[in-house]
Amino acid sequence: MSSDHGHHHEPGFIRKYLFSVDHKVIGVQYAVTSLVFLFIGFSLMMIMRWQLAYPSAPIPFIGGWLASAVQGVVDKTGTLLPEGYNALGAMHGTIMVFLGVVPLAVGGFGNYVMPLQIGAPDMAFPRLNMASYWVFLPGGIIMLASFFVPGGAANSGWTAYPPLSVTANVTGTNPFWNGQTMWLLGMIFLITSSLLGSVNFIVTIVHLRVKGLQLFRMPFFVWAQFVTAFLLLLAFPPLEAAGVMQLMDRVFDTSFFMPSGLVVSGQLQEYSGGGSPLLWQHLFWFLAHPEVYVLILPAIGIVGEVIANNTRKPLWGYRVLVYSIIFLGFMSFVVWAHHMFLTGMGTTLSTFFQTTTMIISVPSVVILTAFLLSLYGAAIRFTVPMLFAIAFLPMFAIGGLTGLPLGLSASDIHLHDTYYVIGHFHYVVAPGTIMALFAGIYYWFPKVTGRKMNDFLGKLHFWPTLIFMNAVFMPMFFVGLQGVSRRLWDQTSYVTGNETHNWVKMSSWGAWMLGLSQLPFIINFFYSAFAGKKVAANPWAATTLEWAAPSPPPHGNFPEVPVVYRGPYEYSVPGSRQDYSPQHVPDAKLA
Amino acid sequence: MSTTATEVLPHTLTPHPVTGMYNGKFGLWLFLASEIMLFGALFSSYVLLRVHGAFPHHGEHSLSVKIGTINTMILITSSVTMVLAWAAFKLNEPGKGRMFLAATALLAIAFLVIKLTLEYQHKYHEGIRPDTSTFYAIYYCMTGLHGLHIVGGVIVIGYFLLPGFGMWKTNPEQYINRIECTGLYWHFVDLVWIFLFPVFYLL
Repeated sequence: MSSDHGHHHEPGFIRKYLFSVDHKVIGVQYAVTSLVFLFIGFSLMMIMRWQLAYPSAPIPFIGGWLASAVQGVVDKTGTLLPEGYNALGAMHGTIMVFLGVVPLAVGGFGNYVMPLQIGAPDMAFPRLNMASYWVFLPGGIIMLASFFVPGGAANSGWTAYPPLSVTANVTGTNPFWNGQTMWLLGMIFLITSSLLGSVNFIVTIVHLRVKGLQLFRMPFFVWAQFVTAFLLLLAFPPLEAAGVMQLMDRVFDTSFFMPSGLVVSGQLQEYSGGGSPLLWQHLFWFLAHPEVYVLILPAIGIVGEVIANNTRKPLWGYRVLVYSIIFLGFMSFVVWAHHMFLTGMGTTLSTFFQTTTMIISVPSVVILTAFLLSLYGAAIRFTVPMLFAIAFLPMFAIGGLTGLPLGLSASDIHLHDTYYVIGHFHYVVAPGTIMALFAGIYYWFPKVTGRKMNDFLGKLHFWPTLIFMNAVFMPMFFVGLQGVSRRLWDQTSYVTGNETHNWVKMSSWGAWMLGLSQLPFIINFFYSAFAGKKVAANPWAATTLEWAAPSPPPHGNFPEVPVVYRGPYEYSVPGSRQDYSPQHVPDAKLA
Repeated sequence: MSTTATEVLPHTLTPHPVTGMYNGKFGLWLFLASEIMLFGALFSSYVLLRVHGAFPHHGEHSLSVKIGTINTMILITSSVTMVLAWAAFKLNEPGKGRMFLAATALLAIAFLVIKLTLEYQHKYHEGIRPDTSTFYAIYYCMTGLHGLHIVGGVIVIGYFLLPGFGMWKTNPEQYINRIECTGLYWHFVDLVWIFLFPVFYLL
């Protein structure tokens, strides 16, 4: 880092808001961009749910516009085409996971809050941080642009399994600028961005903590980001390798994943052959399993912060929580093939992965239990962040418990690739992670903007969101148990699909109502940013270091470098006058 | 945590008491860990494909062991010159340092030229392309990716040799650190080749 921060002259608009190296600006950039992507990804799903509820009916309101604006998604009457359904489905998953949740949880919250919580003036590598964002954004734009090329967007699932993903949309399209190839290119950008970010996070957390902030005095949120960064650092490269290989299969006709003698649409494929579709699955899931822990860990970190603050008690079992997430991080690398139980693997291998999968459920249960015990005997303040954090607990429990029959290979035979799986993982990510992210937004909004979000609108956002999340995803367990397959454009063409159709309609109406329920949040977010009630540095009476900085913090964060004297959750310490003892206030000066 | 007069962010120059490294070095080691996962995934893919019979005629490939050996010697020498460059700067001999940096870059370019002309181009003329067989597919993929890493290294060395040399005057300690980190990266790229050569040319 050069000495160019020695002299503080005001930078122009572009250096201050666009190409800033300040972690707070970059955090907001990530957060705003990812919220837009979340909105887009959710909109794709709202369209898909029309086709699911009312098969072959033209899409109302926007059917005509879709027919003219994008190729291959709807037909002339505005009815969703099967390929279009697949494209929306593949892109919904991709956008939500890689452009929505992770950039918000890690790029947004991690970037903004973590350096403040450790008392640092910025990240260890501010310019690398800026580069991370500006590699992420083109990746996202490439993904979105793929809707508008001939052949349309990628439509082979977010899992992009070959041979389908290699042979899809190849004839009649540009050899390079087509949906699946652009998906691969976009992924390479996103993975690179993630890599640069994870290096930054780890060095920052290890090297830049202020005096007194030993590892076991770090806020739980920082621990969560620390483990997450290691997962991103080590798990993503195999997918990058696989992405390059699939790109070569598509563009240069190699056969990494193409078996010999493949026949597609009655035609023998002219590949050199010898490749292995299973190789892609192994490489993909080697990343994608740790990826789901990347999705949940920052959320767990946020819930920990909000619970401690709003129970006015230390978190129960802080050390146990830390050891649990470290153990979870290690285990997450050895469970991946539970996504592949039905690929013909022998019982030895499936027993191994089943066992590791059962073991990995233990730390999750420990974490949930610790959070529940944290509520016991507490004087709970039901602030809006706390509502979301408390709701997270049973929702994550449902998500986690429904994962167990999937992790056991015998029951997975029946449940694999059914709606049960969709119900399981959405419970963990949607009423789980996303609600925790909402908690984080309401909780840290005052620090970022210096204003509080409106409480009434917050509750108007919370209750319908909770109800409709369950309305969307609970029926999926029943539909899946009945045996309805995922990724079906028209479930009613099957007998079972007909029997479960009412549940499907409930999910669809739930989804549209869920969409409407976000309006109070969107209004609240923008209104409060400009006209919300102004607050001082610590409106929640919290103990962690970010609340010692002004709201919003200036460049460099802390007017005086803080020193830490105690743990992160010293609430209601017996004998103290206030019910909280901030980390940076010396004993003598405690009120 | 201590901050020297020249660093705004702690441990930009001063090593951290626990890790014993300054920020850039720690960062680079972490980056190398991810690179190990990247090339590790590719080597694992090679093993999986070969074991599953993807290229039954792998022993009959037409990769020249002689050229491969020459290139291996070139890269190993470039690693030596890279260390000598760093050592020269550390001993306050920038003239020698720049000379060794230039030597490293030139050796790397020689590696690339030999690879591109005597190997890739030659193969293309023989009609051996990535789609010829899965063996050549993974050969091109891995040596190509490795080659891109060499190009990246040459760009970085070139930067510190020419436009970035100004830092030697303004902040020599940081300049030396950056040369050290470049060296770490360079040794890693060399190490990858040490694995690539036997796997593709000899086994």
